[in-house]
Amino acid sequence: MDRRKNQQNAETVAIYHKKLIKRRKPNRSIAGDFFLYLFLFLVAVVMVFPLVYAVSSALKPLDELFKFPPKILAQNPTLDNFFDLFVTMGKSWVTFSRYLFNTVFITFVGTAGHLIVASMGAFVLAKYDFPGGKTFFHLVTVAMMFTGYVTQIPNYMILNKLGWIDTYWAIVVPGFAAPMGLFLMKQFMEGLPTSLIEAAKIDGANEWRVFRTIVMPNVKPAWMTLIIFSVQGLWNNKAATFIYSEEKKTLVYAMQQIQSGGIARTGQGAAVLVVLMIVPIAIFIFSESQILETMASSGLKD
Amino acid sequence: MKEYIKKYLVLRRHNMKVAWKKAKRSKMCYLFLLPYALLFTLFYIAPVVASIFFSFTYYNILEPPKFIGLKNYISLLLEDDIFLISIKNTFLIALVTGPLGYIMSFLFAWLINELPRWVRSVAVVVFYAPSIAGNCFVIFSVFFRGDAYGYVNAFLMNLGIIDTPILWFINPTYMLPICMLVILWMSLGTGFLSFVAGLQGVDRSQFEAGYMDGIKNRWQELWYITLPNMKPMLMFGAVMSITQAFGVCDVTMALCGYPSTDYAARTIVTHLFDYGFTRFEMGYACAIATILFLIMILCNKAIQSLLRRVGT
Repeated sequence: MDRRKNQQNAETVAIYHKKLIKRRKPNRSIAGDFFLYLFLFLVAVVMVFPLVYAVSSALKPLDELFKFPPKILAQNPTLDNFFDLFVTMGKSWVTFSRYLFNTVFITFVGTAGHLIVASMGAFVLAKYDFPGGKTFFHLVTVAMMFTGYVTQIPNYMILNKLGWIDTYWAIVVPGFAAPMGLFLMKQFMEGLPTSLIEAAKIDGANEWRVFRTIVMPNVKPAWMTLIIFSVQGLWNNKAATFIYSEEKKTLVYAMQQIQSGGIARTGQGAAVLVVLMIVPIAIFIFSESQILETMASSGLKD
Repeated sequence: MKEYIKKYLVLRRHNMKVAWKKAKRSKMCYLFLLPYALLFTLFYIAPVVASIFFSFTYYNILEPPKFIGLKNYISLLLEDDIFLISIKNTFLIALVTGPLGYIMSFLFAWLINELPRWVRSVAVVVFYAPSIAGNCFVIFSVFFRGDAYGYVNAFLMNLGIIDTPILWFINPTYMLPICMLVILWMSLGTGFLSFVAGLQGVDRSQFEAGYMDGIKNRWQELWYITLPNMKPMLMFGAVMSITQAFGVCDVTMALCGYPSTDYAARTIVTHLFDYGFTRFEMGYACAIATILFLIMILCNKAIQSLLRRVGT
């Protein structure tokens, strides 16, 4: 009893102590703080303005869209533009639900596959020392140094040889091997205590079991990070170079057709932007703390 | 000398033997890595190799590739005026948006680091959102519309700075600066997240120690304590911004059109698309891709060796 009380006392003292340290910030002047935060606030407003403007134009009825001078916020917000969008899409030859299915299918399969394939590779690269492992990882980091555009044309030829042009696989499978995912996963897994894995091995688990039941549940923050990067890439994929058939094209592609439909579709165009940006941003907001936890180990050492 | 080579060979052979034994023992590892390695080789390594190979040939997909030596490179650099324009544009964009975007990423990550927890998470969303908002940047074409109803034009005309509306995306003088603006708006991406996370991980006791050692203001603190601690993240962020800065094409194609007036907004990647997917001159396009690849890798290596000196 006494000991517990003592412990509690110690804890309160520790918290108090922490607060004291926190309050005393050396090397900071009040004026400097004030101006820096004012500056930060102004920049934040500038950054967020186009996004807010896109959302508010999507909510504006037609007469407000062309009002001059423009108001930043919609006076009579309506969802008409979104309904019109569905009506316009409904009239097209390929139905809206088909486009949606294509995008969701590509995003889901691509992300799931990327997650599994990249974490399996990352697991052995992070936790085992085997010949060729280091070299391979170095190659992956080099691959992060050039954009996908460099490889686009040979990729086209390779996919052509495989007979995957004009199928979903042309978009999905190359996404499995995105170097960024493996890199982040590997860096994060290096932080896992090796003793955890060794203990499981002594208990008789094989590598696959260790991977499935011990490593994967412990790296959930990294999952979220891989998911956001992969979804962001696939959700916005126009798939225009590798897929020709209209019924296999993605939502983004269909929506961009609407967007280019001239001034009468300004409201619908804004609605398109909102639909497209809402998914990645929502995922990011929900998983921000996990993503930041992963990014803390993202550094490139040499 | 002979002795030396002999010794070297023996050593090599011994190393190979050890490696082979180790490899045999870690079959499991290779099995795990196999799916990724296979796909990575197929879609990342093989294309780079193929790209270099095809850059020395004339290839239009229908006929088998014909070896023509360095001809592609020679005509690219000496005869193709538009390619030179695209190189100039790409470098201009990269030199402005790359370093600026990088510095902005770090600066804002550093400034929001001391905010209270929930303000910080809101700020991260606000700064990061533009880079994941898909093609939301298209909204800039409303702001910069070419007629008198475009907001920027109307604003400038009301102030009396200009008397006729400026055709922002058709007049070559204004295309690139506006594209740079938009790219900067979107530049707080993955590198920014890495910085935010890295700054959280810097050991607090180091700051107190620095305070004792006579660090006087936040800028000294930044240079002597924060930056050296952040080196790995700085490297990672640099890779991200260089790759992004040289790969610009979405923004310029969406805002200025494809092709743009007088090719004033053409970048290397746009040129690559033009030859690869419109004219199907794959050999020529591969030469462009190889040049872009070399530029990116060299730039990355140069920046990395520069960053190693930070804080010393």
